[in-house]
Amino acid sequence: MSESSGRNIEDLHLKSLTKKFGEVAAVDDLTLTIPAGSFFALLGASGCGKTTTLRMVAGLEDPTSGNIVIGDKDITHLRAFQRPVNTVFQSYALFPHLDIFENVAFGLRRRKVKDVDQKVNAMLELVELGPMARRKPSQLSGGQQQRVAVARALINEPDVLLLDEPLGALDLKLRRQMQIELKRIQVEVGTTFVHVTHDQEEAMTMADTVAVMNAGRIEQMGHPADIYELPQTVFVANFLGQSNLFAGSRTGQSGEVIMVDSHGMKFSVLSSRNSARSDEIIVGIRPEKIVVRDLVDRDNVPSGHNILEGRVTDVSYTGVSTQYVVETSWGQDVTVFEQNVIVGDRCEVGDQVILHWSPEHTFGLAGGETLLHKTAQVLAAGV
Amino acid sequence: MRWIRQRLLGVVAVLVLVYLFIPIAVVAVLSFNKPDGKYNISWNEFSIDAWTNLCGVPGVCASFMTSIRIGVISTIFATVLGTMIAFALVRYRFRGRSTTNLLIFLPMTTPEVVMGASLLALFLNLRFPLGETTIIIAHIMFTISFIVVTVKARLQGMDPRLEEAARDLYANPQATFRYVTFPLVAPGIAGAALLGFSLSFDDFIISFFNAGTVVTFPIYIWGAAQRGIPVQVNALATMVFLAAMVIVLTAQFVSYRKRKALQLPPKALEAALPRS
Repeated sequence: MSESSGRNIEDLHLKSLTKKFGEVAAVDDLTLTIPAGSFFALLGASGCGKTTTLRMVAGLEDPTSGNIVIGDKDITHLRAFQRPVNTVFQSYALFPHLDIFENVAFGLRRRKVKDVDQKVNAMLELVELGPMARRKPSQLSGGQQQRVAVARALINEPDVLLLDEPLGALDLKLRRQMQIELKRIQVEVGTTFVHVTHDQEEAMTMADTVAVMNAGRIEQMGHPADIYELPQTVFVANFLGQSNLFAGSRTGQSGEVIMVDSHGMKFSVLSSRNSARSDEIIVGIRPEKIVVRDLVDRDNVPSGHNILEGRVTDVSYTGVSTQYVVETSWGQDVTVFEQNVIVGDRCEVGDQVILHWSPEHTFGLAGGETLLHKTAQVLAAGV
Repeated sequence: MRWIRQRLLGVVAVLVLVYLFIPIAVVAVLSFNKPDGKYNISWNEFSIDAWTNLCGVPGVCASFMTSIRIGVISTIFATVLGTMIAFALVRYRFRGRSTTNLLIFLPMTTPEVVMGASLLALFLNLRFPLGETTIIIAHIMFTISFIVVTVKARLQGMDPRLEEAARDLYANPQATFRYVTFPLVAPGIAGAALLGFSLSFDDFIISFFNAGTVVTFPIYIWGAAQRGIPVQVNALATMVFLAAMVIVLTAQFVSYRKRKALQLPPKALEAALPRS
């Protein structure tokens, strides 16, 4: 397959793409460029419009308005079978009446390509299914079927490979294995992969670029680590990993540091890490960035750190880490992950503790208390 | 008590099967009888005369072949039309779709006597000569419903993603139908055709009204019953039964072979993992 990486792969552009089902916009004015050769993940809860977006790119759904362009070729009005795009379906959709070889050869045969045998065998080698060529799909395990689905799409050397929740039907162990496998195949063939998933861990491990989608729009897009470290909306902060969020208001600024008052507590947020435009700011911190200490350790807190006091209400030991739930004086639960590297006593339920973390890890988001409640409800309903 | 309770289900099952098969067994056994007199109703003497001389009684084989011919022709027409109707009903949204859905069931629920008599009235009014053609028209009419229902069930059970996958893999609408849709629906169509044929072959009431002077196999038997049914009828009936059994057993055997092939060799480690 190395010769295929010399192909001229081009960027995929979505321009003001909109899809309405009746009055409801499943995809709402989506504009996006997916760089050629990248592994791009569309991440969102079910019903956020990610699958509809994918189906529009595949040509299985007609957009209400907007354009789909590959390089400088507008494919918006091409039928599905005319597009240089192939899909790996959620349930694989392998043809049950054809054997593995014929499943993989299907696209080549329809396009009357030469050397079908040689190409199919090479592709089956790539996905390590050579000996299975004459089996029927129902004779393969879930992981093998998955690889057939990838092979069947990739053999056509599409400009863009679309993956619709490709690992959703696999169990956890196999999913991990397939994540690595898919990444390896993507690097090997160099094709642009657009991967739709609701699994944030999957999106982060595999993709170079993640776009978090909510209610038909993209909330935030970027490198997985950048999004995780600096989420820009409440939805992203909660959907991609966990966050502790405190609604507050801005009380002042000294140099780079913005002071925020929340429930009588003073928090520092770096202005470079604040995405709120108004004085209403939600202060956020990831659970693993928080240090939990006994109250007596108060004097050892580095200066400038944000500080919070509370009472431990739950401790769960998970091996690698310990998860604490700490209740603040105003009754909010704060989640803390602590790596199990400490020798000696851990905090116990009922302990009064002090939590502290660096402003370098703190982020500021636009919105107030009502937004926090609303997002919590959406997430509880959607995931 | 417990002995009875443990075996009750088995005993009842055997009794029901006996109940189902005794009439067929009687027919088969009496085909080897040499009746004492006109009526072949009590065992007299073993003989294979009826089997060696199947067409020995005038009219038996002719009527049998007539029924086969009518069955084949009406099945072909009804299967083609019924399959197209089923596709239209499942795949397209059109005005009058739900009405059509309802009307399709009508011939299944109308009493055959009524349908036979009404058709006769229609043919007489149109001055259409009664004969094989009228029987075939009548048979197409009532078998079509069963074929539509059978094919529709198969079509509805088909994963729409398979056709999407075909389209995604450069198959235009014609190629999608030829290489994916049709092969997947074909078993349903074949089943529908077999059902249609057996309904047609077996029909007496509607045929009787619209036959004119044509004698189908069921009409022949009905006529013969007045004078004593020849043993050949038993032999032919047993043959039909055996043919049906062969078809059923072949189908069972094929699916058994398929299921056996599904069992993966133990070296395939992933086989142990649950399939989606």
